[in-house]
Amino acid sequence: MLFFSFFKTLVNHEVTVELKNDISIRGTLKSVDQYLNIKLDDIQVVEELKYPHLSSVKNVFIRGSVVRYVHLPANAVDTPLLEDATRREASQTAAKAKQQG
Amino acid sequence: MENLSLHDAGPPGGPSMQQAPPPVPQLPPQMFTTAAQLLDLTDKKLVVALRDGKKLIGVLRSWDQFGNLVLQDTIERLFCQTLYCDIERGMFLVRGENVLLLGEIDLDKDDYVPDTFEQAPVEKVYALKKQEEQSRKTTDKSKQKKLAELGFEGEHSGEVIF
Repeated sequence: MLFFSFFKTLVNHEVTVELKNDISIRGTLKSVDQYLNIKLDDIQVVEELKYPHLSSVKNVFIRGSVVRYVHLPANAVDTPLLEDATRREASQTAAKAKQQG
Repeated sequence: MENLSLHDAGPPGGPSMQQAPPPVPQLPPQMFTTAAQLLDLTDKKLVVALRDGKKLIGVLRSWDQFGNLVLQDTIERLFCQTLYCDIERGMFLVRGENVLLLGEIDLDKDDYVPDTFEQAPVEKVYALKKQEEQSRKTTDKSKQKKLAELGFEGEHSGEVIF
């Protein structure tokens, strides 16, 4: 759930989503869900002429499973906070595993 | 995950109620997610890109949590080189796993196709498309084979998406 929470902090930022079929779509991150499906607003397709079917589209819902990369604005990411959160989640998972095992 | 409650969002200095409001059953966090995103797109004209490269244009009438979709008055639009064509498909039910993306069509730019593309008869575009796909399959196959010899597995494990 950590990445879900992380992506939620990036809502309303400009991101570029690169799909596994090589399309790159730039837009404002509007929402994200537990599968990391992504909704973008005011989209702009890189190399638009190669993907003409998206030329009259204003916002997209992208299935999480087809995303290859998400390019984030560097200043919107609090790296130390993310590191802490990752360690916390890792230790929690470890503790849980110990409890059960 | 953060747990939102009604009390968090209270505007400062709002009307102070003597009686506590009746407890509202909290929605599961999933409710704020896939369903909410698809709800916004219901009854809108969408372009749906599928895993096999098909582009469908239709009105989203129904869906579920897996992303299974029902599209009404669907047309399939084929693009090939500088040509395109539309094929009437009617009602379409799409299994969720095959969906790449859904795009809401801006009705101001409805049915806009870049000037570099020209509408052509279905038979012509279909034949060209088939040819293109055939040659792509051949190159993909040889690429996959070479990668496999080097110990790599293709990203889509043999299946081409585009």
